[in-house]
Amino acid sequence: MNQLASLVEAALFSAPNPLSLNELKKLDRESSNQEFSGALEELKEHYSRVGSGVELVEIAEGFQIITRPEHADAILRAHIVQKPRKLSSAAMETLAIIAYRQPVGRAEIEEIRGVAADGVLRSLQEKGLVDPVERGEGLGRPMLYGTTSGFLELLGINAVGELPHLEELSIELTPPAPPRLADE
Amino acid sequence: MTGPGTASSGNAFVVDLEQFQGPLDLLLNLIRQEEIEIVDIPIAKITDQFLDAIQSLGLNQAADYLEMAALLLRIKIQMLLPRPLDDTDWEDPRAELVRRLLEYEQIKEVVVWIGARAEHRSDRFGRGWSPPEPELPPQPVTLDVDGLVKAVEEVIASIPQPVLHRVLVRPLDIEGARNRIDHLLGSGASTTFQEIVSETKTTAFIISVLLVLLEMARQGDVDLVQSQPFGTFEIIRESAG
Repeated sequence: MNQLASLVEAALFSAPNPLSLNELKKLDRESSNQEFSGALEELKEHYSRVGSGVELVEIAEGFQIITRPEHADAILRAHIVQKPRKLSSAAMETLAIIAYRQPVGRAEIEEIRGVAADGVLRSLQEKGLVDPVERGEGLGRPMLYGTTSGFLELLGINAVGELPHLEELSIELTPPAPPRLADE
Repeated sequence: MTGPGTASSGNAFVVDLEQFQGPLDLLLNLIRQEEIEIVDIPIAKITDQFLDAIQSLGLNQAADYLEMAALLLRIKIQMLLPRPLDDTDWEDPRAELVRRLLEYEQIKEVVVWIGARAEHRSDRFGRGWSPPEPELPPQPVTLDVDGLVKAVEEVIASIPQPVLHRVLVRPLDIEGARNRIDHLLGSGASTTFQEIVSETKTTAFIISVLLVLLEMARQGDVDLVQSQPFGTFEIIRESAG
């Protein structure tokens, strides 16, 4: 493994979160994007070549070293790590709405789910899965929410674009044209 | 409408409202159990079932469900209203509800996908990645009386003693200083600061003298002369004119 790949491995090993290419570049200002990409590629190949228990993946527009899924059962059985607690249905529904409609306000979330959303919103915010991103137009300039990189990490995806496209769902419904003034 | 007592008879069912995410969820569930198309809900039947289902609901959660119940009843009534056969402008009163139900079902489908992805991801552990600590409620404080007294004493002991300054009113004696200066200058053309304060050496008097001298110098009554730093400070009466 070359020097840069080794450095990148050390950095990814020490970081609690995925590191973006920009963050990695701070390690060595002399090396180019291309050299970093090469180093990441080399690291990836290295892990698969030696049959390592970890691999290098791209998550939330960054890179992370994580364990291979086939070892999960044994690790969990041995209580070496604990699985994160599953989100409640309310949290998942709210998260799904925000992911597809972002930036979206509380009123719209409540209208879709038919129940109050403030508690769920707060807990999603505390978990770092959503964040207020801007203020909307209209009465009281409501806070609009969007998903965070924590959300991408939760799902192990690189971008919101990797969520199923609406036309791939069995019920195809596009968001209504905003704003609808009355429901009657 | 079916009464509450007959809710569990016939093909009705017992619903546990805790398991539902809200009125739309409950409604979707009823529709699924009936195996009917969302777009063509038998509104009267579903309304009855919905009302039965919320009978058991505690009032504190009921608002959302009651709102839906009211909506269902309104749609039911609108469906009953006679309409001309050739009325092409007729809008299905169920349309908006159907749209919401479909929208909600779409979200549910996304939730299944998200859940599966999150589950898959949670089988892979990153270095340093750990789920956030669950928030534990603070432990109840257990303390006996002695401990409590000791704690209170410690708190009291840690309060710093307030530093108090007694402020004394020491009025300046402008009049006395003026008299003294006039007296000394009356007998000669000049005097010195030391001479003026030689009899009364209190701080208040010295300050008074200084203030009077500065005032006199400002008005041009005297000249203040000090030939060298820290040297004797001479006061010379301005010759009239």
